[in-house]
Amino acid sequence: MTAPVLSDALGPRARRRVLIASAVTGLALLALLVVAIRRLDANGQLDEEKWKPLTQWAVLKFYLGGLGNTLRAAFTAMAFAISIAGILALGRLARTAAVRWVSTLYVEFFRGLPLYILILFSWLGLPTLGLKLETFWYLVIGLSVYNSAVLAEIFRAGILSLDKGQSEAAYSIGLGYWQAMRAVIVPQAVRRMVPAIVSQLVTLLKDTSLGVLIFYEELLRRARISAEFYQNPVHSVALVALIYIAVNATLSQVATRLEARQRRRYGAGEITVGGVEDLALTSAKAQAADATAGG
Amino acid sequence: MDVVLDNLDLFARGLRTTVSLTLLSYAAAFLIGIVVAAFRVSPVPPLRAAGAVFVGTVRNTPLAVLMVLFFFALPDAGIIYPAFTSAVIVLAAYTGAFIAETVRAGVNTVAAGQGEAARAIGLTFPQTLRIIVLPQALRAVVAPLGSLFIALIKNSSLAALISVGELAGTAEQLITDTAQPLPIFIGVAVAYLMLTLPAGLVVSAIERRVAIVR
Repeated sequence: MTAPVLSDALGPRARRRVLIASAVTGLALLALLVVAIRRLDANGQLDEEKWKPLTQWAVLKFYLGGLGNTLRAAFTAMAFAISIAGILALGRLARTAAVRWVSTLYVEFFRGLPLYILILFSWLGLPTLGLKLETFWYLVIGLSVYNSAVLAEIFRAGILSLDKGQSEAAYSIGLGYWQAMRAVIVPQAVRRMVPAIVSQLVTLLKDTSLGVLIFYEELLRRARISAEFYQNPVHSVALVALIYIAVNATLSQVATRLEARQRRRYGAGEITVGGVEDLALTSAKAQAADATAGG
Repeated sequence: MDVVLDNLDLFARGLRTTVSLTLLSYAAAFLIGIVVAAFRVSPVPPLRAAGAVFVGTVRNTPLAVLMVLFFFALPDAGIIYPAFTSAVIVLAAYTGAFIAETVRAGVNTVAAGQGEAARAIGLTFPQTLRIIVLPQALRAVVAPLGSLFIALIKNSSLAALISVGELAGTAEQLITDTAQPLPIFIGVAVAYLMLTLPAGLVVSAIERRVAIVR
């Protein structure tokens, strides 16, 4: 996709220039590829013994089990994170000051910390505080605590983005605070924030790979185990990267479809799939869309 | 809290490493981001494809996987760098992919007339991009670029996976050595918040100064 500002029908001379530039850069990229392959070959990375294990069913099953563990941890953490985030978002908008402060403190504290630290502490710290669990749960706790803080901010932004007239109208027809929240505010806010929520949930899925740090047998840890056994780290970790790319590409497809439906129905924004970083991207793209629509 | 106060010098060293890791990576990521964004909006199809493949690959792979791939796997293919350099390269590539996408979104905010006017006075594509489009595009995406910087501060902790002694790695080592996780956790949390909270303020200050509101 070319940017609208720079796309224009090319004249004959420009077309010739583009053709020459294409040939030159195409050759350069091809040369790069050849160098990379020769380098792999020179280091014996193309040998049969390196990639052969990855074609065996037993090995693939080991990886699929890792993917299963990744998904299990991710989905459990998603369920916890969403529930806690909902409570926190309402807490930050509560009328009682103490509730507001506690929720704000939680959100600002955990949002500002690296997930690495939270998982590390959950794994090494919680047992000394008397909480002995399976490794799985330490990863889930770390992921849930961090993502509940991030999601709470997304939920809150969604609620605040609604026109004040919505809650006023709800109160004026006699609904109480909670009734208005449940029947009028929250459903609209959630719909509006679907792109950001999906993007953060995909981040959570990617971040599950931090389980490697606490020896939880997710995909990356299993790749390292298998790489150690077969002496093929390049192939093992590359396979994990490919699996993640495939999973995320599938989610992108789903998100795009969801987005199209959302836009048709409610005029919601674009859904991006990726990192925390993608949240920044979502806002940049929304801005771009606004500018295009406005200009 | 004694264990934190006794090891304050270690925390300070970790903090310095985290800061230099973040700054170096962001500078490199910015360059990568601009170049890749330029690739992606260029009229040359192979460049566009190369940019798209880079962004698609790096963005969809978890940072932890990239770290492990670069530091533990690529040495088998003869690509060997020290841990700190490896961390900078990986963080720069990862963040660079996101910066590229953000800048591309910024390019889309620039009015089409700007590009047309630039071509009308005879500027070439690289000139149009450098002189006319990018300056306006960057100012439109100051806030997301700032969020990426703050995300990078936090992401730099993954360098601990390849034993770079920055804040997270220092904390991990100290917890193993002293078996006192709680005070060390509080110490390292304070250290990170000392970076992320002021960074947030600086970003909004810069945004107020240079951002264009359309």
